[in-house]
Amino acid sequence: MTFDAQYFDIGRLDRLSYRDTFVHHLDPRVKVIATMLFLFTVISFPKYEVVALVPFFLFPVLLMTLGEIPVRFILRKVLLVSPFAILIGVFNPFLDTGTVAIIAGIPISAGSLSFLSILLKFTLTISAALLLIATTSFPGVCHALRRLGLPSLFVSQLLFLYRYIFVLMEEAMRITRARDMRSFGTRGAGIKVFVRLIGTLFVRTVDRAERIYYAMLSRGFQGDIPSLRRARIAVTDLAYLTAMVMFLAVFRFYRVTEGIGCLAQGLLR
Amino acid sequence: MSHHIIEFKDVFFRYPDGTEALRGINFRITHGESVGIVGANGSGKSTLLQHMNGCLLPTSGTVTIGDLPLTRKTRQEIRRKVGIIFQNPDDQLFMPTVFDDVAFGPLNLGMDEACVRERVHRALGMVHGLDLRDKPPHHLSGGQKSSVAIASVIAMEPDILALDEPAANLDPKSRRSLIAFLKTFTHSKMIASHDLDLILDVCERCIVIGDGSVVADGPSAKILSNRTLLEENNLELPLSLQRC
Amino acid sequence: MHMADALLSPAVGMTLWAGTAAVGGYASKKLKERIDDRTIPLMGVLGAFIFASQMINFTIPGTGSSGHLGGGMILAIILGPHAAFLVMASVLTVQALFFADGGLLALGCNIWNLGFYPCYLVYPLLYKPLIGESQNPGRIVAVSLVSAVAVLQLGAFSVVLETLLSGKSELPFGAFLLLMQPIHLAIGIIEGFVTAAIINHVRSARPEILDGIAASRPLGAGISLKKVMITFVVLAVVTGGVLSWFASTHPNGLEWSIEKVTGKGELPEQEHGTAPVLKGIQEKTAFLPDYGFKPAGNEPKKEKMAPAWPGIEAGTSAAGIIGAAIVLGLILLIGVGIRSFRGRDA
Repeated sequence: MTFDAQYFDIGRLDRLSYRDTFVHHLDPRVKVIATMLFLFTVISFPKYEVVALVPFFLFPVLLMTLGEIPVRFILRKVLLVSPFAILIGVFNPFLDTGTVAIIAGIPISAGSLSFLSILLKFTLTISAALLLIATTSFPGVCHALRRLGLPSLFVSQLLFLYRYIFVLMEEAMRITRARDMRSFGTRGAGIKVFVRLIGTLFVRTVDRAERIYYAMLSRGFQGDIPSLRRARIAVTDLAYLTAMVMFLAVFRFYRVTEGIGCLAQGLLR
Repeated sequence: MSHHIIEFKDVFFRYPDGTEALRGINFRITHGESVGIVGANGSGKSTLLQHMNGCLLPTSGTVTIGDLPLTRKTRQEIRRKVGIIFQNPDDQLFMPTVFDDVAFGPLNLGMDEACVRERVHRALGMVHGLDLRDKPPHHLSGGQKSSVAIASVIAMEPDILALDEPAANLDPKSRRSLIAFLKTFTHSKMIASHDLDLILDVCERCIVIGDGSVVADGPSAKILSNRTLLEENNLELPLSLQRC
Repeated sequence: MHMADALLSPAVGMTLWAGTAAVGGYASKKLKERIDDRTIPLMGVLGAFIFASQMINFTIPGTGSSGHLGGGMILAIILGPHAAFLVMASVLTVQALFFADGGLLALGCNIWNLGFYPCYLVYPLLYKPLIGESQNPGRIVAVSLVSAVAVLQLGAFSVVLETLLSGKSELPFGAFLLLMQPIHLAIGIIEGFVTAAIINHVRSARPEILDGIAASRPLGAGISLKKVMITFVVLAVVTGGVLSWFASTHPNGLEWSIEKVTGKGELPEQEHGTAPVLKGIQEKTAFLPDYGFKPAGNEPKKEKMAPAWPGIEAGTSAAGIIGAAIVLGLILLIGVGIRSFRGRDA
């Protein structure tokens, strides 16, 4: 991805997170917990599991529809980060060649099952992570983390990080544009120029930190970053969490998919 | 009401790298005055403003705000009185949402929740920014950012307001509303700017800084119509006076 | 290289999360004891700097491919280990959320791999002793190179270990190692060079910055630090070793206990449950597992569910495929339904 593409991509995700839907209004803590439970459940399936993973797509699909998140945007982002998981998993079909099933005359190896399982898990976990941020603003996630017991120091500087990502990305973008405009081809994109660019950006960043510090001092900063957020967990939040836990438990412990399949087969006969 | 007085007496300031930014600044501003600080780039305007609340402390000389001489000990007290609005609103708005940012000052003053909410509401109302309260600063336009930066300082209800280049990067409409707002702020204020029309419009008094010292000090109308003085200091006549 | 959720087993993921959380707590505590007010905004802004600078590519000399800055080492040099670890953790958290780099469960691994090694192993045990008080640019280059290579080799090795212990990949240890380590040798050399070049650039352009930060940073002399670190590292290695050993003997600790819970069989169809697949993997040719596989399965968004399944031999296998198809269809229906319902509203 080019710099600009990344910049606008992250900006779009960030804007989505400030939408005004039912999902966006849920308490961030509940969403963080629900997402972690979901991830944990999904990766707890054994390596050859495929069928039982299918129902779990309900979670991202529901989040996307109720939260009004564009499906294609999320899918594209999932694809974008897939190379590593694919690289590691793609060897499975070649290394784990025992046949476990024959479908339409084609033998299916255990390795292709486990590869498929990795792919499904990958899609589920990555889309869940993206949807967490797409439906919960980053400050929301931070305050959830704070309330869930993470050190306030860590959360404070995480909030600063978020605040200045966009400012610094713009600054970096201006610098790279200036470089690309004058570097005709690849000569200007070399490591020497890069180092000077980064060095300049670094110096400006430290100067900026100093100015921010002054601005904070001017408004009475004495070492603690105060906050007024005192969101209460509402009934809907609890209901959401309960539904999530039940959903996860049912589909983790009962082989519902195959049950439905058997039922369908029975009806057909 | 002596607590709105600002006095600089023989103020010198040298940066750690040896640059002498201020070389003997003298002036006194009394309650309710609104003073423009003008001068070329690098003449020392920003350095001067940073002395207003102790972000920088003079190398020698004294700065008095109200009854208090500015020292390491008194600067916390002085910061409650002087609100500084910095040049770049991105540096001023450091909290993740507009509400958090405007509430930062009042919370540091130790107010309770209801009081803080009330202050935030009033400050944002004054700059017509109430509908921005839940937005993160990076979703705001330049004009909105500067309005919120002003709100974040007004929320502390300072006695004295100091602004560094407040109209830079503002579109004409935002600049107009900034001027309208500044006229409503009746306590003492100091505005450092290259926008001489704004100074002429808002400030009755004007101080010209050149090379770290006061070159001229007097009524804006007189100083800002003195072509030779202005041109010696890399400035020019305000547009509104050029036609005459 | 970021570890991914899909390759992790719960045991490995949780172990690394626990380790990361422990180190993070320790770092916060240490930092809080002696923090300078201006460090918090500086940390945040430098995190944003690492994030933004990672988006600037440069051409790697002689190859034509592009690289970018990793950041762990430079943060440790500038901010000291505790603050650097927290900043690195924040950068990776933001990446995990906004770019989905790796995922949230693997975040523990990634913070460990990219944060712990530079901040708590390489910086105090390699970089500091080698560099001493020297400000010689050549020496900075040499030491940064060695350090960055060490950091990336450790990180890559961890990724290999974590993946293998998780048991989702079939890659043999040796082959995986051969795949990862050389790539990361190259990345490490570049990282080291860039790190040193930035430090040297800043030192020549604005020397007071580095000294200023060093003066305000919460850790002073390294003597007591070293002791603390060595004890800590030993502790971490021991606990990590024990936990990983446990994890490797029960690679699917959670599944194992779940099977115990559910082993009684809730559904009649489940006579050949998942358990045999796991346990009898060596004899996998000897049985037909009770779930099937269909070509369209890896593209769950497509509705084409009509591959020839008459060829399936085991009845339960067919049940799995039919079930999956129905479930997917239902999910899609729900999704489309809600969307069109909403559309009408708006």
